[in-house]
Amino acid sequence: MSAVPGAAGTRHEAARYEAVIGIEVHCKLRTASKMFCACSTAYDGAAPNSHTCPVCLGLPGVLPTINRRAVQLVLATGLAIDAELAPTTRWDRKNYFYPDLPKGYQISQYQLPLAADGRLAFDTSEGPVTIRIRRAHLEEDTARLVHAELGGRRVSLVDFNRAGVPLMEVVTEPDVRTAEQARRYAEELRLVLRAIGASDAEMENGQLRVEANVSLRPAGREELGTRVEVKNMNSFRAVERAIAHEIERQAEVLNAGGSVHQETRGWDDARQATYLMRIKESEDDYRYFPEPDLPPLRVAPAWLDEIGGTLPELPGTRRARYREALGLSAYDAAVIVADPGATELFEGTLAEAADLAPKAVANWVTGEYLRLSRAGGAGAPEASAPGSTAPAARAPLAGHAGQPATAIAGRVTPAALAALLRLVADGQLSGTNAKEVFAAHFASGQAVAAIVEARGLRQISDADVIAAAVDRVLAASPAAVADYRAGKAQALGFLVGQVMKATRGQANAGAVQGALRERLDRTEA
Amino acid sequence: MSELTRRTAHEMAGLLRRGETSARELAEAHLAEVERTDRALHAWLSLDPERALEEADEADARLDVARHEGPAALDALHPLLGVPVALKDLVSVRGGQATAGSRILAGYRPPYDAHIAECLRDAGAVILGKTNMDEFAMGSSTEHSAFGPTANPWALDRVPGGSSGGSAAAVAAYHVPLAIGTDTGGSIRQPAALCGIVGMKPTYGRVSRYGIVAFASSLDQVGPLGRDARDAAALLHAVAGRDERDSTSAPIPVPDGLLRLAADDDEAAAELRGKRLGLPREYFVPGMEPGVEARVREGVAALEAAGATVEEVSLPHTEYGLATYYIIAPAEASANLARYDGIRFGFSVREPAADFIADYKATRGQGFGAEVKRRIMLGTYALSAGYYDAYYLKAQKVRTLIKADFDALWARGFDALVAPTSPSVAFRFGARMADPVAMYLSDACTLPVNMAGLPGVSFPCGLADGLPVGLQLIAGPWREAELLRLVRAYEAVTAGADWRRLEPAELGLAAVPDAPTPAERASALAAADRVASSTAGWPAT
Ligand SMILES: [Zn+2]
Repeated sequence: MSAVPGAAGTRHEAARYEAVIGIEVHCKLRTASKMFCACSTAYDGAAPNSHTCPVCLGLPGVLPTINRRAVQLVLATGLAIDAELAPTTRWDRKNYFYPDLPKGYQISQYQLPLAADGRLAFDTSEGPVTIRIRRAHLEEDTARLVHAELGGRRVSLVDFNRAGVPLMEVVTEPDVRTAEQARRYAEELRLVLRAIGASDAEMENGQLRVEANVSLRPAGREELGTRVEVKNMNSFRAVERAIAHEIERQAEVLNAGGSVHQETRGWDDARQATYLMRIKESEDDYRYFPEPDLPPLRVAPAWLDEIGGTLPELPGTRRARYREALGLSAYDAAVIVADPGATELFEGTLAEAADLAPKAVANWVTGEYLRLSRAGGAGAPEASAPGSTAPAARAPLAGHAGQPATAIAGRVTPAALAALLRLVADGQLSGTNAKEVFAAHFASGQAVAAIVEARGLRQISDADVIAAAVDRVLAASPAAVADYRAGKAQALGFLVGQVMKATRGQANAGAVQGALRERLDRTEA
Repeated sequence: MSELTRRTAHEMAGLLRRGETSARELAEAHLAEVERTDRALHAWLSLDPERALEEADEADARLDVARHEGPAALDALHPLLGVPVALKDLVSVRGGQATAGSRILAGYRPPYDAHIAECLRDAGAVILGKTNMDEFAMGSSTEHSAFGPTANPWALDRVPGGSSGGSAAAVAAYHVPLAIGTDTGGSIRQPAALCGIVGMKPTYGRVSRYGIVAFASSLDQVGPLGRDARDAAALLHAVAGRDERDSTSAPIPVPDGLLRLAADDDEAAAELRGKRLGLPREYFVPGMEPGVEARVREGVAALEAAGATVEEVSLPHTEYGLATYYIIAPAEASANLARYDGIRFGFSVREPAADFIADYKATRGQGFGAEVKRRIMLGTYALSAGYYDAYYLKAQKVRTLIKADFDALWARGFDALVAPTSPSVAFRFGARMADPVAMYLSDACTLPVNMAGLPGVSFPCGLADGLPVGLQLIAGPWREAELLRLVRAYEAVTAGADWRRLEPAELGLAAVPDAPTPAERASALAAADRVASSTAGWPAT
């Protein structure tokens, strides 16, 4: 009997079933203005309804105009997920009534999405996976409803600041089989969106919203079970847990001889369980029809070429390059590419000092840098809000030569890491002391050389200096010399310790050991 | 009554430039005329005399400056500077009202200007107020206005046509020389025909729809109503042109020729020589009134006499026009009217202790009139899952065929088509209210032109039973100036006709103090009908 892969811990209920999961992602695009009007999208913290105009309020007589930048970002996404890009696309009206929908319809793309038939590949704990992407299209966001009490009355208030913000919807084929795959898919999509600058894609503040359609079928069967839509997952961890929970819940229902109902369920993070939001008695009829206020949009091939030409290296390509050209392990490559700060530091350091071994740089980035930046809270901007800096403001990923090294606490500049690794390579800094210097630099932004000097950590590698110290120690430790000669190898360790003590720890331990051996063995002969 | 109001707009432009009148004097004279006869006509839903006089004073100031600068500066002024105009009450003007003839928009004040309102202000036209219309432009009689019907100045117990009936009546009754209307299936041309004036629906995309309350987005066009071709051309010139805020407005230059229609009759008449006109046989629809057909055929003969060749042609898909139109227009309307939910503006009903669905139902149930609800239902049905392909999609395909009918004739070298505008003259209040299809048939000769996105113009060609008859000219896209030159030529060759010297027959009656309002006349007619039908229903004693 085949188990549901990846549904660890829930295996006993779900074991007889295969999960079939489709993922819908809504992502807020990084544009300065709204989808169909000139209102600014920078309304975070602004007063309700301060970022509105007749168009996004849906007043009588207004007409939409297309945000070119939003179209461009969806096309870039289409290229990044290897999708077919329609030479001509159209807009459709999706009709339904709700107080957060000012026009009573949402302008969306139904029949001719900007991008279709794409794919996204990523690794999971069970190996590489490719998920087919059915479509990526543009639409507008709704207003925000706030439920409040005013003068003792329960009321719903509408804030239209969000109304009309460009949203991209990315829909997969039902290719996802496990909760882990679902989370990994969402994470990989976020990486791609950030890499191309399409979105900051932060789940915590709703820039990336993930919904999953989950159904189970007996393992080995073709026909699909009843779909349940799972919503309200506010983190990647929640995506994985909610889907795992939903798979298990449906399996329990089926194992008890019941049937799964077509419904929408929400994820309750506190209770770690899904709950019923809405029963779907029939498919919603949105009465889609072509938006008569917008002519069909033709995408000029030259424009597409231009977008393709400015597309940066994508996460998948970058991981492959790290493995194949730079010799990194798959793990190191994945860890670095998953974190924009780590990627920036890794690429920058190699650009700064091409002579450094990529593997050595990677060890520092995945080890000390990520450890400190993840532990650092406020002092670690890349880890807490990796996408919050605009691409223009962010340091370029490569080609740091000529850029002034900026000293910022909570950051490590590529120049600093390169300087540190050079000191280690040249034998001027011990590995242990290097970690101390790195941490001090991370905390203060102070230059590496200055830290080394101030703390007296520069390593002594000068052969004459070491030889003199060795001579003194040997002269002062006849018993240990005798023990060594009698075959007690551990006596060498004592003598090394004595030399290190004599040099206040600054001697290069390897060189000391070499010099001691040479002297002892020579005199012996 | 001031003689000034009997002048055309281009005559007023001459008087203003020569200093023989002022914009303020024109505005006051026209406002007085509204005051004198609008109780009986009800062409207007709102007047803003204070703002109008301010605009008039600004126009006078601009005239003064130009007069000081010399003839070149005067020539550079738009001919509409200082000329009073009316707007159909679906044009947004900041701070004014824009009811679209609906209770659901009562109290709504647009916080922004329509593109055409900006254009008119730039030209210096003086907006007197807003005119009555069928609710959301759905209707052919203006009886579907939530604020009561408008009377036809030629016969006060008859409709002015619609949906731009208030604009047409206001122009015919000398309340303004020019008015803005909108035309989705004939809503400018049919009332122009029924009121004996000129009305043009431009090519789809010629005039920006930004700020115009939408009925059916792919069919709606803004256009001018005036008392002659030159006036209509000047108003079209003022409002036409690309507007970035309307993605469907075309980046095609507005021809200056619109401002240079020949003043001289002989020169104007020469335009017809050698022109090749098609006479589509399908437009002589069954049930067309004989008087209308007679005037139309006489009009065609006059065009021929002036040197045009007229050939009978066929537009074979015309018979599907009405059915197709009544799928597409209501479908678009059902979405366009979804925004009237009582949440952000306008009429709103709050059901205590109920959910928002109940508020929607109450607001829309009480806010919309019967015809609007009928069309929302039609459109919603046509777009519903399982019906979309059979109705909406099919209708779009037929629409393509209707357009192809016209294209084939342009390819054969026709300059324009000549046809009746409306199969009937103005009908009595109530005559078609009980029978929606009879009302819809009013637009059988105009709506194919909207379906094809073409320019069409209606102009008077005489009277039948004392009521105006309209002749329609239709041309290929962007040929508005050519069409208006043909209308101007027709005006020149018929300048001597007796009917041209007649004022609307019942304007005098309308000026009687305490004359019945159109609503009163309509209900009196309805009461009379009820007596007649109940008498007929009982056996004679
Ligand atoms: Zn806006």
